[in-house]
Amino acid sequence: MPELLRLLQEPWPWYVSGPLIGLTVPLLLLLGNRAFGISSNLRHACAVLLPDRLKPALFRHDWRAQSWNLLFAAGLILGGVLAATLLRDPAPTALSGAAVQSLGTLGVTVQPGLLPAELTDLTRPATWGLLILSGLLVGFGTRYAGGCTSGHAITGLSTLQRPSLIATVSFFAGGILSANLLLPLFLR
Amino acid sequence: MISTTPTTTTTTTASGTHLLRQWPFLIAGLLFGVLLIKSEAASWYRIQEMFRFQSMHMYGLIGSAVLTGLITTTLLRRSGLHALNGETIHVPAKEGPTRRYVLGGLIFGLGWGLAGMCPGPIFALLGSHLLPMLIVLTAALVGTWAYGAVQHRLQPRSP
Repeated sequence: MPELLRLLQEPWPWYVSGPLIGLTVPLLLLLGNRAFGISSNLRHACAVLLPDRLKPALFRHDWRAQSWNLLFAAGLILGGVLAATLLRDPAPTALSGAAVQSLGTLGVTVQPGLLPAELTDLTRPATWGLLILSGLLVGFGTRYAGGCTSGHAITGLSTLQRPSLIATVSFFAGGILSANLLLPLFLR
Repeated sequence: MISTTPTTTTTTTASGTHLLRQWPFLIAGLLFGVLLIKSEAASWYRIQEMFRFQSMHMYGLIGSAVLTGLITTTLLRRSGLHALNGETIHVPAKEGPTRRYVLGGLIFGLGWGLAGMCPGPIFALLGSHLLPMLIVLTAALVGTWAYGAVQHRLQPRSP
């Protein structure tokens, strides 16, 4: 038993975790004919939180009919807690040498955990800038595109939808641009 | 609050929207949250590595996820099986003008490349990094609201 736990605490290889992530699509279809997608929860949360007179039409949908998705999001939070406690991996992410070097030139050191100090140290104003700008763009962009990595890249591509291919290519184009050109402005 | 057509409590329960009946989705979310962390898809480092083409980890992860999803979903749809709630299995089509997928996709990508988080990891990392993640989540909600506020100017006829 301790051996199994230690094995689970190590990072799971992509060829194990990737297929498991893919199985989420048929699992949710089988459980209740639900299309896998996480960013819709941001829309539902807006519908729940906003007072009626400040509510644009987008948030006047029947979010209660989508309560399964809010439960899924609650599960994500619980799963994250489980993975960070019982299944916690004490070692830093085993990045490629090239990545360690690139991040090093930006002043970032690889430390245990999934986030660097540049994203968690709230005494640095740049951290706030990075977190806020990133969140704003993710919220605006996912709703504009009608989905995120789960809804388009996983569900959409799994069901051979052309709009999802366009969206996924655009996700990567934007990500490559910002990781290489925009991010350095916040680091050094 | 938008009022739906008057329904009695019994029909609401029968339609399966009652929270207690939805517990399998909580478990599915829990498993997916563990997967996001243990696969390192929620690792800022891995996302930076991916956007610099310095390892195949994330490409193998996303590629094998899509391939598995494609095969199993196709088999499921062809099997004629029904969902556990009795509904015929149906994946809604993504529609609308190409522009929203390009522009929305680019904007989301710009955000993803900065803090390394798509919406899944924002939820999955809340437990281990509460304050920073609350900042990202709040900003993401503001961003979502901002889209809702300008939506009619961006795409007048889409839902």
